[in-house]
Amino acid sequence: MKYSSQAVAKPYFIFALVLLAGEILFGLLMSIQYVYGDFLFPLIPFNVLRMVHTNLLIVLILFGFMGATYYLIPEEAERELWSPKLAIITFWVFVVAGVATILGYLFVPYATLTEITFNELLPTMGREFLEQPLPTKVGIVLVVVSYIVNVSMTVLKGRRTVITTVLITGLLGLAVFFLFAFYVPDNLIMDKFFWWFTVHLWVEATWELIMGAILAFVLIKVTGVDREHIDKWLYLIIAMTMVSGILGTGHHFFYMGAPEYWLWIGSISSAVEPLPFFLMILFAFTMSRDRKIKHDNEIALTWAKGTAVMAFIGAGVWGFFHTLAPVNMYTHGTQLTAAHGHLSFYGAYIMIIFTVISYAMPILRGRPHGNSKKAQNVELTSFWMMNIGMMGLTLALSAAGLVQIFDSRVGTELIGFMESAESISSIFMIRAGFGLLVFIGLLTYFYSFFVKEEA
Amino acid sequence: MTERITKSMAKNIYYGGGTFALLIFIALTFDTVHQIPERSNEVNMTESVVLGKKLWENNNCVGCHTIVGEGAYYAPELMNVFNRRGASDEVTFKAYMQGWMAAQPLAVPDRRKMPQFNLSNEEVDNLSDFLIWTSKVNANDWPPTIEG
Repeated sequence: MKYSSQAVAKPYFIFALVLLAGEILFGLLMSIQYVYGDFLFPLIPFNVLRMVHTNLLIVLILFGFMGATYYLIPEEAERELWSPKLAIITFWVFVVAGVATILGYLFVPYATLTEITFNELLPTMGREFLEQPLPTKVGIVLVVVSYIVNVSMTVLKGRRTVITTVLITGLLGLAVFFLFAFYVPDNLIMDKFFWWFTVHLWVEATWELIMGAILAFVLIKVTGVDREHIDKWLYLIIAMTMVSGILGTGHHFFYMGAPEYWLWIGSISSAVEPLPFFLMILFAFTMSRDRKIKHDNEIALTWAKGTAVMAFIGAGVWGFFHTLAPVNMYTHGTQLTAAHGHLSFYGAYIMIIFTVISYAMPILRGRPHGNSKKAQNVELTSFWMMNIGMMGLTLALSAAGLVQIFDSRVGTELIGFMESAESISSIFMIRAGFGLLVFIGLLTYFYSFFVKEEA
Repeated sequence: MTERITKSMAKNIYYGGGTFALLIFIALTFDTVHQIPERSNEVNMTESVVLGKKLWENNNCVGCHTIVGEGAYYAPELMNVFNRRGASDEVTFKAYMQGWMAAQPLAVPDRRKMPQFNLSNEEVDNLSDFLIWTSKVNANDWPPTIEG
């Protein structure tokens, strides 16, 4: 560790991983409730399980991004973090707000939660992924603003690189687009339209900038490739992200009340969306091939290549399956969307967090050459368990989506949603099994932190 | 392929292309916002419809159901429930909704369960009005069938 303030990243990384365990656990509970409707009912109804599952995901990714940023910014800017103290304060504020929100979801009926958290003052609750009570949303804004100020002040006083510029652009976008979470028009269709400004422009635009910057940083460190070369790739990737991703928002506007022209604009733009992810694969593998050094932390490079490949499959390929308007007519709102959502979030955002943790955490723990061979082998096992698990559950969800489409949307002998639910229950058992594999993979990953160092 | 592209070219594609895409997106946003009131029949959006939407949000209905294709996939799509369960007749649908909401949760073993939300009759009517209004939105001929 070159700068002592980089150490603030450590609690962020650890907490992100703890939340990930919770996220997967709630996913498993949901997958059981999907098949056995009485499981945990009425103790924890499905909507609560899902809210905890998705909100934990969002918050853990934010924690991961923050940890990654606090680790890489001092090295990039070549100076200590502007205020390590502020970074630690915001960490605790975010932890308390996050835990309180999850406990609120679990122990207070949602309608009561809206009442006791002043939702009437500015109604923002009850929308998918943005279910957080008003105080939590305000808290997120404060935490993100203080984080951006801290990072920007560090960069302004230090060296500016392409990586820091791209990262800060992504962070500013993240902050700006979150403001749409506070705008809830009475008209449901208008509400949906602006809801996507947060949801899509986070995951398919600004977060990709952040992911690209983190990936570029790790690749510089573990391959020793010349920065000029890395910068060019980074610009190329984010250029394709912006060109395809912004207008690609249109693929959400096909069938929700927006005008017809989105059918064309959304289809064409989002057909290009796999391209930046494909470039990420080329980027990771070319840099790995042209590497100038052989870093002892080999597993970090494995994760870097892995995130590029899995993000391409999950976001690129699985996204493309249903992104053309005539296809989306039949897939819109089925388990196929869930399949795409799972693999893309895992491939792009969970794996980039694993990548940076794999690289940075050994250094933060005083092991500049990475963990021992034995620990890296355990980590590699967990890498494959989680990848195979996620791929398996994605295939299962896709199969379920296809059955739903043929049950209720294509042909003449249609059956209803609940009848169709019975015909996919065996597929959901398989999905739960692969989910369990992911969870065991994560526990194996945790175990790799505790493998004793060789003397 | 990438050998011929220099760093400054890549940078220009990023700033130029990104700005271009953003400007088109903003222009289309203005047009869409202009068109949505007509496509969604905003003139028919009564006070009861708005109250229904609040109930929809305050009880986190989207945590299980989809509406106009968006939400969770645990429970049926509700944009066309007015046509499916009410045969597109307001009186029939409202009567159905009163019975349905009061009967939850259904005592069928292992069936996915809907909680009892303890809504008043008036609130259930608000919810019905909201769903009736939603069923008439022009969503480019979606959903494809009455079941989907």
